[in-house]
Amino acid sequence: MNEYKHLTKQGLWDNNPALVQLLGLCPLLAVTASVTNALGLGLATLFVLVGSNVTVSLVRDFVPSEIRIPVFVMVIATFVTIIQLLMNAYVFQLYQSLGIFIPLIVTNCAIIGRAEAYASKNPWQRAAFDGLAMGAGFALVLVVLGAMREIIGNGTLFDGAELLLGEWAAQLRIELFTVNYPLLLAILPPGAFIGMGFIIALKNKIDAVRSARAEKKTVTRARVTA
Amino acid sequence: MTLNSMQKNGLLLAAFAVVATSLVIGVQVLTEDKIAMQQQQQVLRTLNQLIPPTMHDNDLYQSCRLLENPALGSSKPQPLYRAWVNEEPTALAAEVIAPDGYSGAIRLLVAIKPGGEVLGVRTLRHQETPGLGDKIEVEKSDWIKSFAEKQVRGADDDRWAVQRDGGMFDQFTGATITPRAVVSAVKRATLELQQQADVLFNADLPHCQEVQE
Repeated sequence: MNEYKHLTKQGLWDNNPALVQLLGLCPLLAVTASVTNALGLGLATLFVLVGSNVTVSLVRDFVPSEIRIPVFVMVIATFVTIIQLLMNAYVFQLYQSLGIFIPLIVTNCAIIGRAEAYASKNPWQRAAFDGLAMGAGFALVLVVLGAMREIIGNGTLFDGAELLLGEWAAQLRIELFTVNYPLLLAILPPGAFIGMGFIIALKNKIDAVRSARAEKKTVTRARVTA
Repeated sequence: MTLNSMQKNGLLLAAFAVVATSLVIGVQVLTEDKIAMQQQQQVLRTLNQLIPPTMHDNDLYQSCRLLENPALGSSKPQPLYRAWVNEEPTALAAEVIAPDGYSGAIRLLVAIKPGGEVLGVRTLRHQETPGLGDKIEVEKSDWIKSFAEKQVRGADDDRWAVQRDGGMFDQFTGATITPRAVVSAVKRATLELQQQADVLFNADLPHCQEVQE
């Protein structure tokens, strides 16, 4: 399989940072109360991941391994701070609703994990693509979980999308049904854990069915834990 | 040899720190004005919801003064906005803190006419429970608009309470503490602003921006 195809499959499915590596769960669980917030944090994480992967890959030849971790941390923190300032300046209302979770991207282990596991050993083009695939995989899970929680909790989809995408996005809002009292369980963090559990279970089920169909010998997969 | 590599690594780390810091400083300088403008616009948007353009011919944002008064819910000076039309006082707005929300302080913006009639109240910042207490946001519910055109008749005006306490304001199902905190903060601030209105319009108070800088 070609390397880029492999990276895409790894990031989106086989080694998805949220579903398989289970990294970055704190922001994942905290901001997915609505699709808009999920998409906002997903995109911010994606940009940081691509930026840090490219930078780490470019400097990998002259950073000795003893000081690579502090350098990675500095690179990531710089990108996060820059994204935070840009969001504060250009998507102010979304910045306010994501609040504390933007700086917390720094602590998202998925990012330093990719810097260490992939970007520090591969040329920058591949590192960039790996960041893109992993970031997209993470954002995808955020959005799916956000959609689940928003539908169950509020009966809407894309509520407040105009905060992220501009005025035209106000028409994206879909009201599936009217709720007088939102289902709190879905909106509060426990709902996120339960939803996350269902998504992981679904993924495992799909994998099980696929591998049963393939009837091939099982491949062991390394599971990274945070 | 070891010392040599230590020095090299140290210098390399320092170089990275310098580059990283310069990048952040660069972006900060570039976005500084835009961020200040966004914050100013947010306050202005809220102010304009409460004080319509027909009620002022002065620049509301520039009218910001700092007022230190325990009735505003904080021991620190709070922003106060004053509106005039042809030198005639038309409205007062102050940032008020309700310290006793369900999860911490709630920041409100309260605007009144000099006579004491409430023009309106808006929530600026809060951490109330999503789906219950957050109905104090105008985006989520019209509840906060129920303050408009109300008047406080004195400190013992017992209509200024939630219905459960025998007052005239709705509580939310499942959340009484939040509206109770908001009602009492608005009552306290309105009463004080109303009594002090004449003084406040003429008082020489410190300018918001000057103090912040």
